[in-house]
Amino acid sequence: MSRLTLRVNGEDRVIDLGDPDTPLLYVLRDDLQLHGPKFGCGLGQCGACMVIVNGAAVRSCVVPAAAMAGKEITTLEGLGSPERPHPVQAAFIAEAAAQCGYCTNGMIMASTALLQRNPHPQEQEVRDELAANLCRCGSHVRVLAAVMRAAREG
Amino acid sequence: MSFSRRNLLQGVAGLVVAFALHEQAQGSPARLAADSVDGYLAIAPDGSVTVYAGKVDLGTGARAALRQIVAEELDIAPDAIGLVEGDTGLTPDQGSTGGSTGITVGAAQIRLAAATARAALLDLAAQRFGVPVPQLSISGPAIRTQGNRSIGFGELIGGQTFGLPVDKSAPVKNPANYAIVGKSLPRPDLPAKLTGRHIYVQDHRVAGMVHARVIRPPSIGARLLDVDAASIAAVPNARIVRLKDFIAVVAPREWDAVRAMRALNVHWSDTATLDGSGALYDTIRHTPVLREEVLRVTQDPAPLASDGLRLLQAAYHWPIQSHASMGPSCAVADIRDDGGTVWTASQNTHRSRQTFARLLGLDPARLRLVYMDGSGSYGSNGNDDAAFEAALLSREIGAPVRVQWMRADEHGWDPKGPPQLLDMRGAIDANGDIAMWETTAMLPANTSRTGPPLLGAIAAGLDTGEGMSSGLTSLNADPPYDLPHMRATISWLKATPLRTSNLRAPGKVGNVFAVESFFDELAAAAAADPLEYRLRRLSDPRGREVLNRTAERMSWVPHTKSPDHSAAMLRGRGIAYAHYKQSETYVGMGMEVEIERASGKIRVTRVVCAHDCGMMINPDAVRAQVEGSILQTISRTLFEEVTFDHAGVTSTDWGTYPILTFPDVPRLDIVLIDRRLERPWGVGEAATAPVAAALGNAVFDATGVRLRQAPFTSARVKAALVTAS
Ligand code: FES
Ligand code: FES
Repeated sequence: MSRLTLRVNGEDRVIDLGDPDTPLLYVLRDDLQLHGPKFGCGLGQCGACMVIVNGAAVRSCVVPAAAMAGKEITTLEGLGSPERPHPVQAAFIAEAAAQCGYCTNGMIMASTALLQRNPHPQEQEVRDELAANLCRCGSHVRVLAAVMRAAREG
Repeated sequence: MSFSRRNLLQGVAGLVVAFALHEQAQGSPARLAADSVDGYLAIAPDGSVTVYAGKVDLGTGARAALRQIVAEELDIAPDAIGLVEGDTGLTPDQGSTGGSTGITVGAAQIRLAAATARAALLDLAAQRFGVPVPQLSISGPAIRTQGNRSIGFGELIGGQTFGLPVDKSAPVKNPANYAIVGKSLPRPDLPAKLTGRHIYVQDHRVAGMVHARVIRPPSIGARLLDVDAASIAAVPNARIVRLKDFIAVVAPREWDAVRAMRALNVHWSDTATLDGSGALYDTIRHTPVLREEVLRVTQDPAPLASDGLRLLQAAYHWPIQSHASMGPSCAVADIRDDGGTVWTASQNTHRSRQTFARLLGLDPARLRLVYMDGSGSYGSNGNDDAAFEAALLSREIGAPVRVQWMRADEHGWDPKGPPQLLDMRGAIDANGDIAMWETTAMLPANTSRTGPPLLGAIAAGLDTGEGMSSGLTSLNADPPYDLPHMRATISWLKATPLRTSNLRAPGKVGNVFAVESFFDELAAAAAADPLEYRLRRLSDPRGREVLNRTAERMSWVPHTKSPDHSAAMLRGRGIAYAHYKQSETYVGMGMEVEIERASGKIRVTRVVCAHDCGMMINPDAVRAQVEGSILQTISRTLFEEVTFDHAGVTSTDWGTYPILTFPDVPRLDIVLIDRRLERPWGVGEAATAPVAAALGNAVFDATGVRLRQAPFTSARVKAALVTAS
């Protein structure tokens, strides 16, 4: 068992890492009880597990936690709270841009990273950015509306 | 077990003293009875109201809508209402959440309970004040006299039971006076869900819990011959749990359970007996028929078939599809010798409690299933299977167990939406009118009364019952038009290749695909405009209205033939109609498509939908359901097909079972028709029904090629275009 220090949502967190290959997702969900990132496929295909690492949206199911030492990791709960949502979260709430909400973590993390890079994207750019973020419930049109709203109001 | 509403109410009220004078014993039948007011409603000493609903919110907005209905009848604020859903220890059995019955059945019962409670509260206050009921009014959780005396709900009855049956003729509010129902109130669960604070069943943890992964055999029905326990020796604290052919690994750390699952060396027998998905429709044609059922007949069409009419026939094919939930199924169970609790996203907690108790040899009264939100499910996905597996494992090891399916478990082993094959025959007379119509639908029979057999139980050799179930799959196999010589027959099949269950709008998606595409074929044969041809045979004014509103919004220009089928980019539009279950929500659906000739790639550019579900409890929630119905069914129509070989499912991830992605999402133009005084119908399924037909009709308009087999993959469309030219 080795010790690993990760910087998550602005705090240093010390973890007893079991297997050195443990994906970041399992550390976040099981060791740090952060439930924003979701297990969807474990294959890098769906985006449900996304977190922001040093400003970029990353699929936490396919990156080893050990490789994340020294990086700035933000999860959905680190963006904002129900009382003080991040502007992107506020836009998703305003557009009711979720049905079950299971995929929505990835939608919010991917579009937050996009808007940091490109604060005023065209809708087509948002579509392309989210092309590998899957939603089964069909919340897509609301997700697009929410991202465009965040870009307007952010 | 220690659970009771008393604890819960005290929790809500923040009290520690037992106020509940007339509180019935824990888990007592009166507190859970589906015909008593106390089954559905409780008023705490502080006057706060809690609603107990057997049906659950699957991301549909029912959580907002139910509160609105109760708030309306009781004249209280909706956000002050507590809501408990799908907990067998606390909520009445209202049947499964499915078939678009959440509002039509579930909420209707709760509305009557609230109306009965309102009348009882007014009676109590009238006695208290010595004034007649008409001189009382309700505002907030309190009742007032005209002289401005008032008494709170809590003081009147808080902590006590009503002791009343639900009065079917209780005076309900006149919908014309609704102030809360009909408003788009926000969903109460979204702020927590969108900030990572909401606890899904996947997030639920209990003390002392271990993580499990179930090992699936390489072929369906394989026998477990041998396990090499040493193969997981390197994984700390991992152990094997085996019951006959059911085998799982458990470990305190979740990632270790995954590693053990991957490392475990198991020898299985070879039971590859399937014909494979390539032969699916041949398999269906050769499957024995259990019984024939005439779904609907007007006058016998058979004698007309040779009457010098123009006869058309075609077969329509709908593939096996997966629920393909975004989050694989998951459950947590804590089962001890005499009972226990299972936390699950099941749409059927009450039914599963009975089944699980029987299979585990437990008293159902001592087994509690608690609904927690999961990833969206659209019928019975793997949730009940995962819940049973967790219960079985917990009983075996005597500790709480969390079972999390992997992606391949969900895609490979969820019970599937059944395949459908429909033979259509029709004839046109000299005037171009439809002289006769025949549908013969081949569908797997519903032979199980308790839902799909449970995977874990099958493997463990427990008697989970034989048989298949896939819901009300025969409905809408008959055309929704006035046709004098029409017969729709169902050939209920004895078997189907993969385990099935009800998948969103069971059967209706494939049936309406066949009926509304074939209707278009007849229109084309009669050289008629598809919209005009439908209206000719449709007298129901609400049906006509959804079609007309759809056409209007599309700026429909009547035509019978697209101008040019030779361009590199082909464009067309199509229309379709459904009256859900021939008795519920009306839907008109229009599609505009582009097809790239070289690749066969279809892009839906715009969808117009006119939707009439009667009264809308929460219009924005209705809109979200219609959007989801359309997008999910476009996905099913264009991309989705479960493939399998001789051993089992081969489409086991998002690469082999692709779904709709953002670049392919069309513009949606939805017209919600507001009928405040009509009874409300369900909205989670109806708009799925005409999607495939509208899409196929648009492709025909663009290309002159009729697609009769879903999914309309690029390869299939390209091949059809090549053949046609
Ligand atoms: S769970 Fe990581 S991409 Fe699907
Ligand atoms: S909202 Fe359910 S998967 Fe996207």
